[in-house]
Amino acid sequence: MGSITLKKVAKRFGDIEVIPPLDLAINEGEFVVFVGPSGCGKSTLLRLIAGLEDVSGGVIEIDGADATSLPPAKRALAMVFQSYALYPHMSVRKNIAFPLKMAGMDKASIDEKVNKAAETLNLASYIDRRPGQLSGGQRQRVAIGRAIVREPAAFLFDEPLSNLDAALRGNMRIEISELHHKLDTTMIYVTHDQVEAMTMADKIVVLNSGRIEQVGSPMDLYREPANVFVAGFIGSPSMNLITGNAATEEGATTIGVRPEHFHLSMSEGKWQGTVGVSENLGSDTFLRVEVDGIGTLTARADGEFPASLGDTVYLTPDGERMHRFDASGLRMVR
Amino acid sequence: MSTTHTRNAARTMMSPAVILLLAWMLVPLAMTLWFSFQNYSLLSPGNESWAGFNNYKYFLTDPAFSEALVNTLLLVGGVLCITVIGGTLLALLLDQPMFGQGIVRLLVIAPFFVMPTVSALVWKNMFMNPTNGLFAFFAKSLGVTPIDWLGHHPLLSIILMVSWAWLPFATLILLTALQSLDSEQIEAAEMDGASSISRFFHIVVPHLARAATVVILIQTIFLLSIYAEIFVTTGGGPGNASTNIPWLVYRQSLLSYDVGVGSAGGIVAVILANIVAIFLMRMVGKNLDL
Ligand SMILES: Nc1ncnc2c1ncn2[C@@H]1O[C@H](COP(=O)(O)OP(=O)(O)O)[C@@H](O)[C@H]1O
Ligand SMILES: [Mg+2]
Repeated sequence: MGSITLKKVAKRFGDIEVIPPLDLAINEGEFVVFVGPSGCGKSTLLRLIAGLEDVSGGVIEIDGADATSLPPAKRALAMVFQSYALYPHMSVRKNIAFPLKMAGMDKASIDEKVNKAAETLNLASYIDRRPGQLSGGQRQRVAIGRAIVREPAAFLFDEPLSNLDAALRGNMRIEISELHHKLDTTMIYVTHDQVEAMTMADKIVVLNSGRIEQVGSPMDLYREPANVFVAGFIGSPSMNLITGNAATEEGATTIGVRPEHFHLSMSEGKWQGTVGVSENLGSDTFLRVEVDGIGTLTARADGEFPASLGDTVYLTPDGERMHRFDASGLRMVR
Repeated sequence: MSTTHTRNAARTMMSPAVILLLAWMLVPLAMTLWFSFQNYSLLSPGNESWAGFNNYKYFLTDPAFSEALVNTLLLVGGVLCITVIGGTLLALLLDQPMFGQGIVRLLVIAPFFVMPTVSALVWKNMFMNPTNGLFAFFAKSLGVTPIDWLGHHPLLSIILMVSWAWLPFATLILLTALQSLDSEQIEAAEMDGASSISRFFHIVVPHLARAATVVILIQTIFLLSIYAEIFVTTGGGPGNASTNIPWLVYRQSLLSYDVGVGSAGGIVAVILANIVAIFLMRMVGKNLDL
């Protein structure tokens, strides 16, 4: 239960092709994250899978059966919307019970399932309130509760954490991951935040203007980005992408070095630069270094690193972990 | 307005408006109240005298009064039913994407701008007239005897005319409410397996409840005082078949030149309106979070 296969799925709105034909396989029980910049078509792709939009071409298979023309309710998928989409005039209990009631389940089983979901998600204390009386995090839980009672083949999340504050976002990230381990159900999670993608995913799908740039595990994407876009998108702070002479020396059009893959020294090294504004987080310091002929680079140093504004430092990229890209932006094999 | 200072300033600034409005309301009310206890006939001016509750007794024991009361409630209730249900259906229709949406919406709103006397005349002479009216024409072309609308169903005819005039208002308010419904809620219900009928009753109707409340409250205020349509069409008849309270007041005070009884009727109407208002607030006011 819960494998989803997209075959040449495409979507056009009028003349605008939002998603060119793409193929994707999502395995049973996987936590897949669609990540990409705003407007790249993540929500559209998710809505195609959910059945809320019709495909312009291609086939969607759920558990091996063609689901392309099935209505949303028949696809056995549950969705958590960005706005939560709770029903404002119903209590939390009624919200969670709604899909079961629509399925014509009897009252006793509904109560049992709702109570179980309330227990799983820790929302029993406000089960008789209306959504309007809840905080963002609580609404989020109710929305998830409404999804899990249906015991769907897969969960679809559309930027579920983007309306929460940073601390709550961190907690909910962990809770959703735990829920995935507990339920062992396929989850597709859409976000523009690469931190969420890196921390939660089994498999990341990087999207850019509707195209799939790369599919892989978080560490695959971190270690071996397939192209310049993925290189710049995955990792925080993002990778330094260097063009010009320094790249030509390496036989590439663009070279990429992550901030954490520089060796820093006050006395000697490959590139000499001047320290600009730096961010000290205590454990680490992110230095912005102005290097002649290359530009501004970000480098991670130890929190105790003694450089301050205006100092001269030397940066040496770790050759083993330097990424080389050709003129079309694709990764070059060594 | 949180500090004492700003509260006082606000009160001072608002007082002229409040005092003007109070005077505007209280002076006529007090005068009506005063006249209602006077023997005051326009046929013998200068002979006013204290009447006690005689005017009230006369007005309330008039056999036309109970008929007028029932007619008033039927008129208000009938128009409310037709406009709220019809308005919801029209709003659903107008919310669909269609060709010429702007023009269609404009046309739907148009009846609201036709003044009551004009619309009543048009209905009376062009639609409901049993010999020349459009309805009679249709009936005859189908081989059925035309209905004498105003003669045989006077109250129903007036309910139809007034509903026609108020339908746009209800439609407009309900349409804007419909458009403010979050589309993700509908989609969520769709994914939860709700059919379009369940979606309408479980999501759309509760969402419209608040707007419908506003429609009902505002319309009730105006419908309790329907007058022009009756004046132009049936004149309250035949008999008292289409006489409502405002018409009865008019008949008592102006047709019989008796200001005292008319004023007493006016006060009765005010009391009745308040009773209706209390019932309405009990029934639907909870939707407004007052
Ligand atoms: N209903 C629609 N009609 C026309 N264009 C749309 C519609 N929905 C989305 N789009 C366009 O499709 C693109 C992708 O949108 P979306 O999937 O919402 O992006 P994301 O969720 O990645 O931010 C955007 O350029 C958007 O303008
Ligand atoms: Mg989106």
